[in-house]
Amino acid sequence: MHLVFSALLVVLLVSCGLAVERTRDLLGAVVIFASYSLLMAINWQMLGAPDVAITEAAVGAGVTTLLLIGAVSRTRRREE
Amino acid sequence: MHDLILSTIAGYLLPLITVYGAYVITHGHLSPGGGFAGGTIIAAGLILAALSWGFHHAEKVFNENSLGNLDTLGSSGYVLIGLVAVFRGSLFLTNLGAGFPSGTPGKLFSSGAVWLLGAAVGVKVAATVFGLVARIWSGGGASGEVDEP
Repeated sequence: MHLVFSALLVVLLVSCGLAVERTRDLLGAVVIFASYSLLMAINWQMLGAPDVAITEAAVGAGVTTLLLIGAVSRTRRREE
Repeated sequence: MHDLILSTIAGYLLPLITVYGAYVITHGHLSPGGGFAGGTIIAAGLILAALSWGFHHAEKVFNENSLGNLDTLGSSGYVLIGLVAVFRGSLFLTNLGAGFPSGTPGKLFSSGAVWLLGAAVGVKVAATVFGLVARIWSGGGASGEVDEP
């Protein structure tokens, strides 16, 4: 069960990483990147690193998303 | 942009998030987390409130001046706690050897000066992260709202 969940997490992580690169809508890419960070936080917790998981959830899914949304709002939303 | 639902929920969530961040900071030597994680959680709560109420409300309390003061308080507090050990005849940042009380192991007040060091790091990280996001969202004279595509 643990192995299946870990494999599912890895598959979702890789597909999120690919989707960030493929998405032309930059705001959508930021949201996918936030979900990537959240999956990575669950992964850190399952690997036995709750310290890193808390930091990843706070920084990766919280602050980085807000910084990137602020950057998108100051530039273009569509990638050329 | 003012939204009633957002601002009301942010008013309920801000104290909870701040208390949770303070919990993570103060229990940094006992449980996962610490100064950096807790400071980021507090900053995220402040950013949530500032985004829902508008950054001009936040600037009454957390403007560039006071954020710089909090920054300096955090980093200089860390160095001063480290220098206490030097003035007591030990190396920089010596903990129990320099006479800090050890407390009861496993309780909140244990491990000497690590608690104070974590609090200093937390103050600095919270001020820096909030200042960074506030600068991007409200600086430069723009409205600070996301443009419609």
